[in-house]
Amino acid sequence: MAKILAVDDSASMRQMVAFTLKGAGHTVTDAADGKQALDIAKTQSFDLVLTDINMPVMDGITLTKELRALPSYRFTPVLVLTTEAGGDKKSQGRAAGATGWLVKPFNPEQLLSTVNKVLG
Amino acid sequence: MSIDISQFHDVFFEESFEGLDAMESGLLNLEDGAADIEEINTIFRAAHSIKGGAGTFGFMAVSEFTHKMETLLDEMRNGQREVTPESTNVLLEAVDVLREMLTAVQQDKDTDDARIALVCEQLDDMLGGDESSDIEQESETASTDSDGDQPIGWKINFRPHLHMLQTGNDPVRLLRELESLGELSVNLDESQLPLFSDLEPEDSYLAWQMELISDVAKEDVVEIFEWVEDDCDLTIEALFSTAETSAEMSEAESAVAEPAESAVAIEVTQLAAEKTETKQKSSAAPVAASIRVGTDKIDSLINMVGELVITQSMLSQVGDNFTEEMLPQLIDGLAQLERNTREMQEGVMRVRMLPISFAFNRFPRLVHDLTDKSGKKVDLKLTGEQTELDKTVMEKIGDPLVHLVRNSLDHGLETPEVRLAAGKNETGLLNLNAYHQGGNIVIEIEDDGAGLNEEKIFNKAVEKGLVNADDKLNPEKIHELIFMAGFSTADVVSDISGRGVGMDVVRKNIHSLGGSIEIASEKNVGTKFTIRLPLTLAIMDGQTIRVANENYILPLISIVESIEIKDTDIKQVSGKGELYKLRDDYVPVIRLYEVFNIEPQITDLEDGLLVVVEGDGQKVGLFIDDLLGQQQVVIKSLETNYRKVVGLSGATILGDGTVALILDVPGLISLYREPSSKKGLVKPERAA
Repeated sequence: MAKILAVDDSASMRQMVAFTLKGAGHTVTDAADGKQALDIAKTQSFDLVLTDINMPVMDGITLTKELRALPSYRFTPVLVLTTEAGGDKKSQGRAAGATGWLVKPFNPEQLLSTVNKVLG
Repeated sequence: MSIDISQFHDVFFEESFEGLDAMESGLLNLEDGAADIEEINTIFRAAHSIKGGAGTFGFMAVSEFTHKMETLLDEMRNGQREVTPESTNVLLEAVDVLREMLTAVQQDKDTDDARIALVCEQLDDMLGGDESSDIEQESETASTDSDGDQPIGWKINFRPHLHMLQTGNDPVRLLRELESLGELSVNLDESQLPLFSDLEPEDSYLAWQMELISDVAKEDVVEIFEWVEDDCDLTIEALFSTAETSAEMSEAESAVAEPAESAVAIEVTQLAAEKTETKQKSSAAPVAASIRVGTDKIDSLINMVGELVITQSMLSQVGDNFTEEMLPQLIDGLAQLERNTREMQEGVMRVRMLPISFAFNRFPRLVHDLTDKSGKKVDLKLTGEQTELDKTVMEKIGDPLVHLVRNSLDHGLETPEVRLAAGKNETGLLNLNAYHQGGNIVIEIEDDGAGLNEEKIFNKAVEKGLVNADDKLNPEKIHELIFMAGFSTADVVSDISGRGVGMDVVRKNIHSLGGSIEIASEKNVGTKFTIRLPLTLAIMDGQTIRVANENYILPLISIVESIEIKDTDIKQVSGKGELYKLRDDYVPVIRLYEVFNIEPQITDLEDGLLVVVEGDGQKVGLFIDDLLGQQQVVIKSLETNYRKVVGLSGATILGDGTVALILDVPGLISLYREPSSKKGLVKPERAA
């Protein structure tokens, strides 16, 4: 079972994601913005990072870039949570070094299947 | 596997309403000055979150509506669209509609479809119909092979770029996924693999040629590579049955470890998608009132409980084998217990406390809308927004505040022309201020408008028969007149402040909260309303008084002073009873033992005390036997346990376990004024 860092400024999304992943046996740590997430990521390691893009303080793209700059996160899968209209968000996320994306709105089952896909 | 996400609806609604408030205040800020990009970003983010959440939790109408707002905001954010008053107004309107839609979903009620459609249309008009562009982008990959024959599978050439591993994508995962779609044969191309000495462990050198025998569509194959399409060279060609290629490649198959389990994943996704659609409807339950409390408050409560437990165990140790020498210890312990209890009480009270910004934050919008309508220019300033008060008090003070603000905007502040003519800045000032003072919260509403027109008010009051034309009233008394029922000075009943049903109701509401309202006004300088409210309704500071053998509690806030009575200062006035000369004023004397119909021990005024109290803007003197201690009392409602009694606001239990009634000063005064019209306490005839 994996250690997952879930980042979203929306409390309901955070709770939904954490609840779903915990239900599947994963350990979940959450953060409300990129800055918080980065601070947490520096003190412990994760098998997967899930991050929203649009967040105050530090957005998901910047977070991904910052994570990739850390030696221990060079290969860690990072999934960005994006919305349908975000065609350029995908390329942005990829340029920042994200592994892939999950399109909002998603339901718990979609979330789990994508996470399982990445974790292999 | 089915996960019920309706449990997160409450959180979603809560954060969405917060988001709407943020959008509203952001939009109002936009209006004030130049378009600040950070401000627009904040508004955009709020809309974005609501849209995402609504989509996730299945509120499609909300999600679609927010999408339009989001698109508009996105254009503003990117500088493609200018921020105009019109667009802000449409967005503000949209915020209202969205709030209604969310409330309707939350409470399972119907929405005002006509209004939604109207605002939708306005948003569409603004967007100008070119909105569909980004949807087209999405579907670009859906190209179809039209080569007549159905292919038996796909031939895939996959060469990752050197850095692909650094995106966290593992080629093995992709191959496993491909295998889950059908029969896969793999040919490994390791020609690019460098010598071991030159090998960079973080780069990917391998490439694969694969044949997938399966009837899946090309898009399904493309989708697997979706995340890496920029990080690899990829070709996908249709494979037809004439080619006998699949066998010859099988020797290379061992390049990839044999995967087994991942076939389930994709089917699950589709099944699940169908399931959630049926799930959406069963959500809306009545909302339980909840309160959001900072963790620091909870932490300090827990800390206090900890201390209480320590004190308790110390006391029980003392009690177990008590000897006389331990008396100081016992006294110490009891003092500590008292401190703990007081801290606990304050801590629990704080849990119910919210910053007054909850009541204040609706005013920027109100002022915006009203000035829009009236053509006045007003600068609203809020101070002391972090001042905390009880949630219940907050809920009840909201409407009176709105009324007072409306009043200032309508009657107080003048139009720009009038202001300029009076030598003032054309923009009027409206200040809302809150601060703590003693055990009270003080809220001030101050404008620099025309001030109360005393002459007009007086004439109006005469006209309404509230005062006599030859009454001589000082300015304060005239100001007080606006609080009388049925009083309105607006020549034309306006849309803004309504039909003059207000001020008396405002005062009544404030009194029912145990508070008071004062007015100070100067012609052409402005008007200031000062509201004083108790911080909480559950506890108050009380003065224990004794009348004969009974103890009563007087709210400390209503006491002006307590004095010893000199017989020479008593005047008997026929029809009005006894009056006491208090400096330049005469206050009526109410003998409490008469009001409560108890056997008096003292009847001579000089033997007792006179407590001068104020209520409803009037002072009276209460004749009592003695003043006892001051203490905080917990108010127990008489209404819920017995019935409403005029002159009493509740009861409390004193330290010795006896019950004491809490006096309601405004009630006592009205009882004194018109004893027969109120049923409640008995007021016997008195020889005047």
